[in-house]
Amino acid sequence: MNLKELSKKPERLAPGHRMCPGCAATIIARIVMKGTENPLVVSCATGCLEVSTTIYPYTAWRVPWIHNAFENAAATLSGVETAYNVLKKKGKINKDIKFLAFGGDGGTYDIGLQSLSGTLERGHDVVYVCYDNEAYMNTGVQRSGSTPFSANTKTTPAGKVKQGKEEFKKDLTAVVAGHHIPYVAQASPHNYMDLLRKAEKAFNTKGPAFINVISPCVPGWGYPMNKTLEIAKLAVETCFWPLYEIENDEWKLNYDPKDKKKPITDWIKEQARFKHLFKPENEHLIEKIQSHVDKEWDALKKRCGVQ
Amino acid sequence: MKKTAMTGTEAVANAMRQIDPDVVPAYPITPQTEIMHGYAKFLSDGKVTGELIRVESEHSAMSASVGASCAGARVMTATAANGLALMWEIVYIAASMRLPIVMSVVNRALSGPINIHCDHSDSMGCRDSGWIQMYAENNQEAYENAILGMRLAEKARLPVMSCLDGFITSHAVEPVTLFEDQSVKDFIGEHIPDHPLLDTDNPTTHGPLDLFDYYFEHKRKQSQGMFDAKSLFKEVAAEYNQRFGRDIKELEEYSMDDAETVIVALSSTCGTAKVVVDSLREQGKKVGLLKLRLFRPFPMNEIKEALKSRKVIAVLDRVESFGAFGGPLFSEIRSALYESGSPKIVNYIYGLGGREIDTKMIERVYEEIESYKNKEIEEYIKYLGVRE
Repeated sequence: MNLKELSKKPERLAPGHRMCPGCAATIIARIVMKGTENPLVVSCATGCLEVSTTIYPYTAWRVPWIHNAFENAAATLSGVETAYNVLKKKGKINKDIKFLAFGGDGGTYDIGLQSLSGTLERGHDVVYVCYDNEAYMNTGVQRSGSTPFSANTKTTPAGKVKQGKEEFKKDLTAVVAGHHIPYVAQASPHNYMDLLRKAEKAFNTKGPAFINVISPCVPGWGYPMNKTLEIAKLAVETCFWPLYEIENDEWKLNYDPKDKKKPITDWIKEQARFKHLFKPENEHLIEKIQSHVDKEWDALKKRCGVQ
Repeated sequence: MKKTAMTGTEAVANAMRQIDPDVVPAYPITPQTEIMHGYAKFLSDGKVTGELIRVESEHSAMSASVGASCAGARVMTATAANGLALMWEIVYIAASMRLPIVMSVVNRALSGPINIHCDHSDSMGCRDSGWIQMYAENNQEAYENAILGMRLAEKARLPVMSCLDGFITSHAVEPVTLFEDQSVKDFIGEHIPDHPLLDTDNPTTHGPLDLFDYYFEHKRKQSQGMFDAKSLFKEVAAEYNQRFGRDIKELEEYSMDDAETVIVALSSTCGTAKVVVDSLREQGKKVGLLKLRLFRPFPMNEIKEALKSRKVIAVLDRVESFGAFGGPLFSEIRSALYESGSPKIVNYIYGLGGREIDTKMIERVYEEIESYKNKEIEEYIKYLGVRE
């Protein structure tokens, strides 16, 4: 499939919603939903994607869609999927319906982690996609468990004695992998063919599947709205956000820059949330980020059997 | 129909077997667990056709209930105390989405301190959540309220809490008459969902963002739904009574004909009070008992009618409403009687955390309110059975 063919697939998210110009979340949602042509039911956690697409009496969703609360997109979908199985068994439904949840990093890494974990552990046949914009963006940029080290947020503001978030980002994809579900992946919207392929794989997997997608945020990260995909690409090329997948516990690297691995500064210098790191006295923080990325990257390569 | 000895939880599990919901998301908490055990056993023995989702928390139990109900399934669940508190957020959402979920609440004291025994702090805490609430006096009523509740829920398009007293009712063995399976199924009928998610040919959006321009109208409609549930209760109860030979009403008036002093209460305490009423009646005392089977929607007119010409009324609340003027049942009954003027009314808070309430204590209440016929009430909020 090429971009032309991809663009011909039906759009399940209508235009006219109120997401920010340049938002990655809608790009991700549209591509992911092109990963199946089956009837689809979507569950959405509270967050940007939810509030901006369903302001009553309007909706941008051309598929059946449910929002319950912030932390329970997965548990809610597990109820929908169970209802489907029972009603199908009883002969009341004869369609082959797919089930998809979207949550931001707040709704997935933090408040919704238990609900997600339970749903994965119980083996529901659903796909969960996290659009990871690395903070609580819908409420105005507060730190989440996904916010990277040193990032400036409203609850970790860079100041005279503190230089942004003091902890490293949670490795949620590995946490999910610990559930030993059939399919786990990390993806990026700049590599839409890879994301589409992963979505297709996730929908075609029997049992739970999880895709974590980096989702650059124009107001939260602080970059021009036409640079979303470039920023996403740099996250991958610096190995801050590696593309990989785990199929039945087999780890596989999908992109290895080898000797073209870019320094982390290439990514962070494009974003206002890291601006304070470029003061001379904060140079050591950039080094700390770089060494953390290097360590994680080496560990991932090892897990994927790449030398 | 023969009587079988069983616990309250077994009685509820049997109601679930006969109703046979499509989806039951549930999480264990004492004293609700045996409802789950009973249903799980029926499932393992092939006696029910639904599915039990063994969720990882009560929050997820109610979340999955909402999902399954929106999908188009008939849904039941059960919880108690802190479990209900944990699902609180979604309890409100279920009601606002007008989902006919039936949940047995095995009444247990809310922490803290932690306690596993009966009081009504759990379900009374969500009396404003938009759920219909019924309270059972005994195992038979726990069984029947679940059946009647399911029908009412689907007719009113509102969720129903079917409450029974933790341990006192849930774990006591009593004779229970189970109706014929088919008769229950016929009464319940087929579940016809409203705009189900699984109707993928007609996609609908459930749970959108609803701001200042529509939220209030939706809340007003929800409120109307609860008002309408009053007459729907009467309709459903009439059908129920005819089919099963019962005489279920919102209220049960026990020895009320010429009663001058009246206790108003919920749940198992009413059984104890009936024994006292019988013995005081034998002594020629004009005492009566008013039991509320339905608490939400509040049967205001029926209560007013039943109580307006009495002399003194004692309202028993098995819950403290901190900082309020009396317990929830007291303040609502007192408000219902505002225009009728005459009865004196006093509140007794009792039985918190499973503290025993026995016939002697209830006798004392009747004695005390008898004395108020001829004197002023010195204290409106009293505590019964506590060391002070």
